[in-house]
Amino acid sequence: MSELIFEQSQPNRSAPTQMPVDFLSDRAIDLPESSLRTTKPLLPEVSELQVVRHYTNLSKQLFSVDTHFYPLGSCTMKYNPHIMHQLASLPGFLNRHPLSSEEHGQGFLACLFELQEILKAVTGMAGVSLTPMAGAQGEFAGISMIRQYHQSRHDDGRTEIIVPDAAHGTNPASASMCGYTIKEIPTLESGDLDLDALKKAVGPQTAGIMLTNPSTLGVFERRIKEVAEIVHNAGGLLYYDGANLNAILGKVRPGDMNFDVMHINLHKTFGTPHGGGGPGAGPVAVNKRLLPFLPVPYVEKVDEDYRWVTDKTATQSIGQLSAFMGNAGILLRAYVYTRLLGAEGMTRVAEFACLNSNYMKKRFEQLGFKIDLPERRASHEFIISMKDQADAYHVTAMDYAKRLLDYGYHAPTVYFPLIVPECMLIEPTETETKETLDEFIDTMAKIKQEAMTNPELVQKAPHTTSLKRLDAVKAARELNLVYTPVV
Amino acid sequence: MPFIPHTEKDVHAMLESIGIRSINELFDEIPPELLIDQLPAIPKALNEMQIARLMKDRAKQDENTLCFIGAGAYEHHIPAAVWDIAGRVEYMTAYTPYQPEASQGELQLLYEYQTMMASLTGMDASNASLYDGASAVAEAILMAIRSNRQCQSKRVVIPTTLNPLYRKAIQAIVSKQSVELIEIPFDEKTGRITVEAIDKIVNQEFAALVIPQPNFFGLLGDVDALTDWAHQRQALAIAVVNPMTLALLKEPGLWGEKGADIACGEAQPFGIPLSSGGPYLGFLCCKNEYIRQMPGRIVGQTTDADGKIGYILTLQAREQHIRRSKATSNICSNQGLMAVAATIYLSLLGPKGLKRVAAASHQKTMLLAEKATKLKGVEVLFHGHYFHEIVLQLPQPAEPIIQEMACYQIAPGLALGEFYPGMDNALLVCCTETKTEEDINKYIECLKQALKNKAIKK
Repeated sequence: MSELIFEQSQPNRSAPTQMPVDFLSDRAIDLPESSLRTTKPLLPEVSELQVVRHYTNLSKQLFSVDTHFYPLGSCTMKYNPHIMHQLASLPGFLNRHPLSSEEHGQGFLACLFELQEILKAVTGMAGVSLTPMAGAQGEFAGISMIRQYHQSRHDDGRTEIIVPDAAHGTNPASASMCGYTIKEIPTLESGDLDLDALKKAVGPQTAGIMLTNPSTLGVFERRIKEVAEIVHNAGGLLYYDGANLNAILGKVRPGDMNFDVMHINLHKTFGTPHGGGGPGAGPVAVNKRLLPFLPVPYVEKVDEDYRWVTDKTATQSIGQLSAFMGNAGILLRAYVYTRLLGAEGMTRVAEFACLNSNYMKKRFEQLGFKIDLPERRASHEFIISMKDQADAYHVTAMDYAKRLLDYGYHAPTVYFPLIVPECMLIEPTETETKETLDEFIDTMAKIKQEAMTNPELVQKAPHTTSLKRLDAVKAARELNLVYTPVV
Repeated sequence: MPFIPHTEKDVHAMLESIGIRSINELFDEIPPELLIDQLPAIPKALNEMQIARLMKDRAKQDENTLCFIGAGAYEHHIPAAVWDIAGRVEYMTAYTPYQPEASQGELQLLYEYQTMMASLTGMDASNASLYDGASAVAEAILMAIRSNRQCQSKRVVIPTTLNPLYRKAIQAIVSKQSVELIEIPFDEKTGRITVEAIDKIVNQEFAALVIPQPNFFGLLGDVDALTDWAHQRQALAIAVVNPMTLALLKEPGLWGEKGADIACGEAQPFGIPLSSGGPYLGFLCCKNEYIRQMPGRIVGQTTDADGKIGYILTLQAREQHIRRSKATSNICSNQGLMAVAATIYLSLLGPKGLKRVAAASHQKTMLLAEKATKLKGVEVLFHGHYFHEIVLQLPQPAEPIIQEMACYQIAPGLALGEFYPGMDNALLVCCTETKTEEDINKYIECLKQALKNKAIKK
């Protein structure tokens, strides 16, 4: 592993160009002794070149969409157009203070307003608020709105949120942060929800249900309207987890499926970069009955002017979720993406994401891989189960994942959804060529051969990365979260 | 087709493999009445040149203001190398480092980030980032309630000198879990809260006390006494700090006899542009005993199969993808890229540079205040020690003055009347190292003119 930046530090080395001129050096800091720091913080004392070289070299030990095929299921690792970063970084946008006046921000507000309108159109919803800073915060906002809705009707006995067992972990966690208890319902072998179980689960205690459609199993819930009817008849609302929106963009709209509220992961469906784990953005969209509860601020257009809507006028709003306006710069990037695609481009997203996925699924089937839901049409992603290989050769899904790294591929998602043993969730996205898919498929076939003839090669992978397999148990047992200098 | 590489030949070959005749057949499981033909109300596609023109025109509308607003977002100089490197495609377009062998660069960097933040705050550990300052304080409050085993209460004491925008976000985030926030008003003369006052108001058991330093007005409080008071009452002390100021001010880990338990806030001043409010960088640090209650991703050091040192996401059993409804938080994605920028920024500045930035920002704010108070009727509102931000009391309401000064392309500060009833004449002003003495002189000239213009109109 590379030396830490701290290990390159030498006392009194610095990068003088980055120092502010010692302004008013004769002016002592007029603060009481007791409020001042007496120890030097552990920051490196290095030259500018050392910093540049160190972090540039670290970046090279990193797989990314721009450098590797990244078929990470459920994460939609599509190409992030470079022009988005360039335009969001224009000085007028970058240097604007969040508490600047509306007059001094009409350009920014215009982009946000139009993005709200575009997201309304693609989701079939009545209103949008862009402020949630991640998918999980969008979920929190959505469930908060469901809560506020029931409260506004004095319908106080609704304490439960229903979540299918295949759902993303954020669903139950978000509902729990909103003070709800979670009721899990099972999924049928076909990948559909168990409607009998749902009918038994709903009642006067049901606040709502959280669903992903297509589900995390990569299949479309065909009886979605029936699901909506059951939940609505019980007085509950329907939450749409937008994690898989890429599969249906421009084809089917959550609003038309009778969902009441949803979030959209701009860092999945709308091409903003994942940034090594964030920042993302998770705008929420709602139907008419939830409009009064949207999180603030959002943008309205009055004549030719764009204005913030805040809690001053939106008095029933669930409030604000960030100090200012969420991940504003990410919203600008997503706006650029929507304009580059236009209406037709958006429909093609779903079409080609599903084409790539179904093509890969078919080819894997032909090569003897076990597809988890063989009866069904895949959506934008599909699941392979490695259980047979694991039983026969002791080569697990994780081993496959690590061996793929040797061949220059980021691994697909492994061991999710939790209900499928030894699974790999593969999502190619629409931006990959057929050649890339073919090469990946051939590589998987090759690893399958290796697993049979030389299982150890796969079990001990990766071999070509800077480090071999890392010890997760040790990391948790002997916690070492910060560097301590050797004295 | 934007960003879709398929040729007609590809499409045919792929459809043939699948065994269908058209792409539409891929959607044949969807009930036909749900399918739409086209999307209404979405403009036609633009090419790169067209969207660039549109965005440049819009960005231009928002340019050219000399900004003296702080209030939780600070305009510091950002070294060129920060975003040249943080903007590299590898950092920008990677996912969360769940495959550590393919992500050592990101993981090692986050370990360095955690080290720097823990040291600045005087804490034992840091997570790998949260969304922003406001949500970080909300998470810290929930964490303190979970951590405080000596107290069953879900009450938390918050002074009104905490950023009012943070208080709004905290309310929205924690109230769903029946957390009760007890707001403590500040002393009207000093702009601060004192142990004596707070002790009289808070009679019940509570889980934690939130201590902002400097507070929203830029004032330094007696954080040692407040920390000790919280501990005497079996409560945790949560420090909310601008980490830039910690180059000069005492680190929360050393407040009072035992030190604060959790330190959190907004690390935007570390190389992250103002950008209308985000993306920013929430940070959260704590003492050893609370690590397992900390939300968000955490990187730990370990070894690989050959015994070489490496880094990996650890303590994942706290997180939503494992614990689901029992997780410490629902947080999934965080602000990784912002942590990359902050780490590079802190490395470039080093301890000496950071101290200079903090000192210069403070001195320039003091210089501005000194000059402003020479104008007739302008005073410093609260008396006490300010750091890097200050409240000016104008002889007339601040809002019209702000509008007047906008005509001179100056954003002179934040009018406090909107957040604090009765404080209509108060203006919260901030300088950073980016402001020159000429900028400050221009500010004073324009303020003088604005006061005069508005006085005549009255």
